[in-house]
Amino acid sequence: MIEVKHLTKFYGDHKAVDDISFTVRDGTVCGFLGPNGAGKSTTMNIMTGCLSATEGTITIGGYDIFENPIEAKKCIGYLPEQPPLYFEETPREYLRFVAEAKKIPREKIREEIDRIMEETQLTAVADRLIKNLSKGYKQRVGIAQTLLGNPKVIILDEPTVGLDPIQVVEIRDLIKSLGEKHTVILSSHILSEVQNMCDEILIISKGKLIAYDTAENLEKMMQPRTSIEVLTDADEEESKAVLSSVEGIEKLEFSEGEQGLLKILIDTAPENEFAVRKVLSRRFAAVDRAVLKMDVVKANLEEIFIELTSPEETPENQENEEEKVQ
Amino acid sequence: MTAVFRHEIRLLFSGLTGYVYGAFSLFFVAVYMMYYNLSAAYANFEFALAGASFAFIITIPILTMRIIAEEKKQKTDQLLYSLPISTTQIVMGKFLAVFVTSIIPMCFVVFYPLILANYGNLYLPTAFGAMFGYVMTAAALMAMGIFISSVTESQPMAAGICFAAMLLNYYMVTLAEYATSSAYGSLIALIVIEVIIALLIQHMTRNSVLSQGVAIVAVIATAGTYIYNSDWFVGLFPKILENISVYERFYEFVDGIFDYTHVVYFISVIAFFLFLTVQSLEKRRYN
Repeated sequence: MIEVKHLTKFYGDHKAVDDISFTVRDGTVCGFLGPNGAGKSTTMNIMTGCLSATEGTITIGGYDIFENPIEAKKCIGYLPEQPPLYFEETPREYLRFVAEAKKIPREKIREEIDRIMEETQLTAVADRLIKNLSKGYKQRVGIAQTLLGNPKVIILDEPTVGLDPIQVVEIRDLIKSLGEKHTVILSSHILSEVQNMCDEILIISKGKLIAYDTAENLEKMMQPRTSIEVLTDADEEESKAVLSSVEGIEKLEFSEGEQGLLKILIDTAPENEFAVRKVLSRRFAAVDRAVLKMDVVKANLEEIFIELTSPEETPENQENEEEKVQ
Repeated sequence: MTAVFRHEIRLLFSGLTGYVYGAFSLFFVAVYMMYYNLSAAYANFEFALAGASFAFIITIPILTMRIIAEEKKQKTDQLLYSLPISTTQIVMGKFLAVFVTSIIPMCFVVFYPLILANYGNLYLPTAFGAMFGYVMTAAALMAMGIFISSVTESQPMAAGICFAAMLLNYYMVTLAEYATSSAYGSLIALIVIEVIIALLIQHMTRNSVLSQGVAIVAVIATAGTYIYNSDWFVGLFPKILENISVYERFYEFVDGIFDYTHVVYFISVIAFFLFLTVQSLEKRRYN
């Protein structure tokens, strides 16, 4: 289990992480979502002991990362944004170094490396120099490194950035399979990715934690209303008269649609949506008016994400993201 | 620590670095041995080592420039930070790796005086004493090189600064002879050094209050002492230069003096610079 309490980090005068607290349960795949410069990488770097925190505590597997860093780090496998690879080595040599540093017993190292290379499909390139491998394979070597020693927690910082679409799919599948045995935390600024892979989503913006829930709950929480978009040849007065007899309508909005038709946006509770659609089509037909189009507009996570994060995104943040990696 | 050590050794010898260092070292020892022992027929192998120690100016930067600067540049330092090993273990592992690399050519050199002894009256204890001094000098300079590599991300920059530092070390005693021995001259030189140290602190800690505080306290203390008794400053600067010179200690080994205080001095220099390296790496986590 990972417990982060009141985590705050200043870079000089800039507050990169602002009083973040959350708990990740064992066996979950948790996604950090946020625009560039939100503080995702900083939070991950602090969680893995690569950076110090200004305030706050982090416990991983019961060990405090600041008080007991060696024990806490034994529970973590970390892949930073840029895979930390030695290009002059082969994956096998590289993994051997990491295995030794993680104090895996000498007699088990070979077996462990073979197992992990199998799991990450690296066996074919095991003895080629890392500098000659494709980006996707380099990323795999980076992920393989995190798996050595079978740590409870795997932390991956933007694991699919810079990969081609096929490699992205492969890496996503790999991460999904990791979720079966480990607690996985990954960061991304791509929504669909987090939505696809994660059980729980943590939205960070401008250093603050703005939401932490499952993907479905986040959708429900943010947009409990459903909108129905209707295109009709009735005018506004007629439409108002027709719709006044329909139950379950909460809000109406009229505007001009295509070809001089009237566009009506009807807000309703999700559970009434179906009934409203059925009744209003009948009522329009009863007054001899056509409904040319009826669309249901549901808020998706993308909109929630933009809604939650966009007002706070400034160019200043982007600069800080760059500073932070220094 | 052993993981870092083995890894560094592999990196040093999978590329050219280890071999280039060995080749340069052997080449310089051989050239000076030819000159002093074979051509000029001195029965002192230590002279060859004293001459070859000049090569440290080139060989030490070759060996140490990559050692930490490259980790920072390639961001592999993040891996080291996230592994369950302490920063001290990382630095010690790296130091031991370069130290062992520097020992390897000496395994050949160790036979030179033995071979030469067949053809003349070589006093072997001095030769081996000087060899010990040579190894310790290399180790002390390597610790400096590792520290220099830890303050920058660029290998050429690390090599350049290291080269300048080695040059300064080598010529320190000569410089000391030319340095002004007047009290006022020493005062100015000391203040300049204090300001340089404060700038280094500023660079490492990014804490201007600390660095300015150190500079002000040091300058006031120095100036105060000067006002109190300026006689103490006569010849002080050249004396300080001589005393901190790594080479000066080595030359005493060459002169046939095996002084334990010099061994302690070398170990202190190594410990001091490795400590600074650890701090420099730790600082990165606190920036």
